[in-house]
Amino acid sequence: MSATTQSPAGKQPGTGKGTGHASSDGRTVTPANATELVSWKTGIGLGLLAVLGTVLFGFLANTKSAGFRIAEARDPNASSAAAWVTLAVALAAVTYLGYRWISQRRKGRAVDRWIPAATIAAAVVLGLAALGVAGVEKITVPSMALGWIAAIVLLAAAGYSCFLTLQGRRTPGWVGGLFAVVFLVGFMIWIVAGGRDPEPSISLGGLMAGAVTLAVPLVFGSLSGVLCERAGVVNIAIEGQLLLGAFSAAVVATVSGNVYVGLISAAVAGALVSLVLALVSIKYLVNQIIVGVVLNVLISGLTSFLFSTLLTENPEQLNKPGRLQAIDIPFLADIPIIGPILFRQSLVGYLMYVAVIVIYVGLFHTKWGLRVRAVGEHPQAADTVGINVNRTRFVNVLMGGAIAGIGGSFFTLVSVDAFSKDMSGGRGYIALAAMIFGRWNPIGAFLASLLFGFADNLQSTITIIGSPVPSQFMAMLPYALTVIAVAGLVGRSRPPAADGIPYVKG
Amino acid sequence: MKLELKGITKRFGSLVANDHIDLVVEPGQVHCLLGENGAGKSTLMNVLYGLYDPTEGEILVDGKPVVFKDPGEAMAAGIGMVHQHFMLIPVFSVAENVALGNETTKAAGLLNLGATREKIRRISDQYGFDVDPDAMVEDLPVGVQQRVEIIKALVRDAEVLILDEPTAVLTPQETDELLEIIRQLKRDGKSIVFISHKLREVKAISDTITVIRRGKVVGQADPTASPTELASAMVGRTVSLSLDKAPARAGEVTFKVRNLTVTDHNGQHVVDDLSFDIAKGEVLAIAGVQGNGQTELTEAILGVQPHVAGSITLDGKELLGKSVKHVLGAGVGFVPEDRTLDGLVGTFTISENMILDLYDKAPFARGVGMKSGVIAENAARKVEEFDVRTPSVSAAVGTLSGGNQQKVVLARELSRPLRLFIASQPTRGLDVGSIEFVHKRVIAERDHGTPVMIVSTELDEVMQLADRIAVLYRGRLVGIVPATTSRDMLGLMMAGVPAAEAEAGASAHADSGTTAAAVAETAGHEGETHV
Repeated sequence: MSATTQSPAGKQPGTGKGTGHASSDGRTVTPANATELVSWKTGIGLGLLAVLGTVLFGFLANTKSAGFRIAEARDPNASSAAAWVTLAVALAAVTYLGYRWISQRRKGRAVDRWIPAATIAAAVVLGLAALGVAGVEKITVPSMALGWIAAIVLLAAAGYSCFLTLQGRRTPGWVGGLFAVVFLVGFMIWIVAGGRDPEPSISLGGLMAGAVTLAVPLVFGSLSGVLCERAGVVNIAIEGQLLLGAFSAAVVATVSGNVYVGLISAAVAGALVSLVLALVSIKYLVNQIIVGVVLNVLISGLTSFLFSTLLTENPEQLNKPGRLQAIDIPFLADIPIIGPILFRQSLVGYLMYVAVIVIYVGLFHTKWGLRVRAVGEHPQAADTVGINVNRTRFVNVLMGGAIAGIGGSFFTLVSVDAFSKDMSGGRGYIALAAMIFGRWNPIGAFLASLLFGFADNLQSTITIIGSPVPSQFMAMLPYALTVIAVAGLVGRSRPPAADGIPYVKG
Repeated sequence: MKLELKGITKRFGSLVANDHIDLVVEPGQVHCLLGENGAGKSTLMNVLYGLYDPTEGEILVDGKPVVFKDPGEAMAAGIGMVHQHFMLIPVFSVAENVALGNETTKAAGLLNLGATREKIRRISDQYGFDVDPDAMVEDLPVGVQQRVEIIKALVRDAEVLILDEPTAVLTPQETDELLEIIRQLKRDGKSIVFISHKLREVKAISDTITVIRRGKVVGQADPTASPTELASAMVGRTVSLSLDKAPARAGEVTFKVRNLTVTDHNGQHVVDDLSFDIAKGEVLAIAGVQGNGQTELTEAILGVQPHVAGSITLDGKELLGKSVKHVLGAGVGFVPEDRTLDGLVGTFTISENMILDLYDKAPFARGVGMKSGVIAENAARKVEEFDVRTPSVSAAVGTLSGGNQQKVVLARELSRPLRLFIASQPTRGLDVGSIEFVHKRVIAERDHGTPVMIVSTELDEVMQLADRIAVLYRGRLVGIVPATTSRDMLGLMMAGVPAAEAEAGASAHADSGTTAAAVAETAGHEGETHV
């Protein structure tokens, strides 16, 4: 009877309409309840981070200034023109979104969940475009002063959160958001000012574009996870799919002399790994996690063996695939900072954007997606309305494998132009974390992957300019962030109910 | 649409769940399948619905033989089913659930939920369902979820609607509403197959009754047959449906619950400020629809609920905040609501299950070792005493039938000198014989001078066992009333109506001569019976 038991709380509708916040905030909590409910987790967590921030950005601040380079356009005229156009578009967007936001509030309706986020994003773009129009090439800020300001804001936010907790109220989302942004800005200023140069600076555009680039395999990996787990199959084999995709792309592209054939072969290779996973776990009901782990070990061993025997001996014939070059979309690619991210990508990069959108729309707005989600949530219910559960799962796992395989081709066709041993380096597991962090939602998974990519790129950028923190410590950043993100948020996200449970009819 | 089943046989290995069953469902008729738990009613319907392949036999629709390979085909043929455990996806909206498998789409496979919402509204208006197509299913009360299931079938143009134990999760009032809906569907020419083991409802709604026992059709019965006749047909022997018990001789109050509040991990108060007492030698029954805090209440007493406030005292000693071991040591016997999940370790033997809580105490243990001889001897004695039907005490408990498993749990819990006995859903899923046995044991424990707390969602059981009845609704105590309280009044209280209002409401209800009154009247005739 568990299926029918009422659990009024803990709603995390995994549907497209609203995940997490919207519903949990929308629930009415009586004041008497609320007093006992609010946990001190948020207050204490923010407090600790604020103290850390104060020590780092304030007491340990550097006297040097920190510089952030904005424009590195190859053609200043094009860049400036692009900036003007962006400014106009962003201004229109901000006005429209702001109007909708205000009008919805005024009518007393709940504001659509995407509006605040979209408005903020548009405002950021507007600001960047304004900088581009003004021809600002570099922002230089005094690190000490700003560090202290950041510290004070952090302490204030943490204090406010504690105050609210004392009052028995929840900390609103914007406090957390503000805290995160200020902490990040403070951290960046502090770490850049600690560089070796007398006037250290980093390129913001480069940092962002690099973050997206590093995120590409993560995004493909996490999308693969979303596809499989939404249908109820845990895909731990993402790592193996990435690796075999990379290997196959390198070898096939070299042998055929065509990188596009290599790209397709990567998808096939990923799907092959999935085929084994699907057969063994869906048809023969072996524990999905064990199968996934075994596949990863198997593929790591197999590719390492082939690499050290065949590939190292005949690099010219087998391991020189050539590269997928970045394709500039004229004009748009010249927009400062955003241009390179969105419009100066390799084929794989563009495919990534397409995949995110297609999978999101597919899962939440089509017949196919409704059925897939039903299969992942309550396979028996899906079965009783005539949906073939195991076939749906099979197809999804295969598609997931193909997606992860394409992600793997990034390593050998975009990043570097040769396969090397274990070159996926655990990114399949990070992708899995990104999927959880992104709450089994393609867009969430995409954003989470970007975050991890950003941490990864920040780490290497900082190592280059020299930093007060040992580089080995900085190298932990993406992984530490993964742990914090998943541990801190995993309790609040709800996986598909039948995730990992094989379906046996009757 | 006329539906016929001819010689349907379904075997699972050596077990014959359905043995050459013949059944004819005429159009515009309510056909009841009456039988005990495990008689094979649900299996039969799952065969009809294409979930199981029949081992033998055939299904005829309007005289033509058909084969349903999966539920999709059964649905296409006009058969809809409302399962006992609803087949709804909790995180989907009503519209999404109704659309699933029968989607209306725009170009490129994009969902057109608008069309589905329209259909839901139309059916909702036609039958007076009050269902919002955009509500999340998990937010809806069980009764409304059931309507969503019915809508699912109607959207697919079902001509035959199978309802599998539809009232198991409903309050008496919701049951009345459901019966009214069934009558309306019947007027529209739909055929209904109504599966139940509850005599009252079966008598109130059916045109034809087919009684099934141990996988076989044992005969047709007339709706006018007396409850005892129906029960006897169902069980296969003359049954005494009444329980002889002496009036309670309540002694001093030894068990006190004060302001007990249990908060779940989401911060909801699942048990809200509960206070009650139980005296020695009396049975307090906790009534309520499933999911109104009963589980949490019993678990809080046992000490397995993490967020509790208030006070629970037994013989003047505080139990709240103590370990489970301490609580058991204080003399609390506990029969959990789900014996397979919390009561027994299925793969362990009967002997081992008999000492799950005593394994480390003399005479079963010496130092770190366990004395297998003593344990086996203990088990043999208990098996004898509690009439557990098993080939051997070293058989795995999971191989026993539900009734025998429950006897093992009872044997263990009643084998110690108790200061308080708690039994949650003590007879869920048991056959009539075992129910009789369990009830007698519970009353024996009461007469022994132990305070007894029974939690049950079966109103019949509550009324039969209780000396006083406490009704829970959404974790709050609606009221404590004497065992002689009428069904109607208890039903209203189970829906959250306070005792005083419920009393007024119940008498008005009875006067109005509605279906509910008819049902209540049947209940009156059946006062001494229970199945």
